[in-house]
Amino acid sequence: MTHIIRKMFWDYEKEEEWLNAMAAKGMMLTDYTWCRYVFEEGTPKEYTFRIELLEHASTHPESKAYIHFMKENGIDCVASYKRWVYFRRNSSEGAFDIYTDLESKLQHYKRIHLLWMTLMAVELIVGLLNILISVVNLNFNKTMGNYSIVNLIVGSLLFALALLFWRLDIPIRRKIKKLQREQQIRE
Amino acid sequence: MVNSERTALSEAVFYILLSLYTPMHGYGIMQNIRQISNDRVNLGAGTLYGAINTLLEKKWIQPVEEDNDSRRKEYVITTLGKSIARNEMTRLEELLLNGKKIEGGEHG
Repeated sequence: MTHIIRKMFWDYEKEEEWLNAMAAKGMMLTDYTWCRYVFEEGTPKEYTFRIELLEHASTHPESKAYIHFMKENGIDCVASYKRWVYFRRNSSEGAFDIYTDLESKLQHYKRIHLLWMTLMAVELIVGLLNILISVVNLNFNKTMGNYSIVNLIVGSLLFALALLFWRLDIPIRRKIKKLQREQQIRE
Repeated sequence: MVNSERTALSEAVFYILLSLYTPMHGYGIMQNIRQISNDRVNLGAGTLYGAINTLLEKKWIQPVEEDNDSRRKEYVITTLGKSIARNEMTRLEELLLNGKKIEGGEHG
């Protein structure tokens, strides 16, 4: 039987934990689109799930080659959304981690860090521009008054969104710092 | 030799090079490493994929020419790769020797 759950996660590692908790109850993820999870009933704990941010969209040839390599290694890609992919592996094969050394873990976190920082920068620039336009218009060009209120509202929303991406990146920055410290003393 | 090639190899890379003295595909490498390390090293597929691509670029390993179009790509270590592995062993022997001299003496 298919179950659809709508849920939003800010932290992909918490999302992973949730997917694995669902799998422990016999609910296996089979598809994902933005905030919409599709589960099929199966044998509890049969699969372990991992989420990864790829360098390119999942349809890009390089991503396809990677996903194909994973498949050869018994790792199925059950869903993908833009650059995010959802992998599963049979739990009988043991602990499932995609990255197992400092350098590759660090690279993955840096990819996520760059994504949040890029989104933050875009929202911040467009948001501040909107606020600037509204302030200029409201003060010097009163005939455009109504449009400028819209600018002000849009600008503030985008500014709030930028703050959100900054907040999302906090745990990622913390992990990058920790791994970098570790890298000073370990290969 | 280039200086960067005189520095330590990561555990994953050293074990991948050792595995490829016999031609193997990705899954074989992971299984082999797990086996020869008595389950201690469980290499992640993402880490392995990145390492294979870097090693191919450096020409320390190469793809095996296939006659039949088997789906799984196999790799094998090159002459350059073998000399890198040997250098690493010399370095590891030095570490071990010094370790035994100092730490080994206190308990033995």
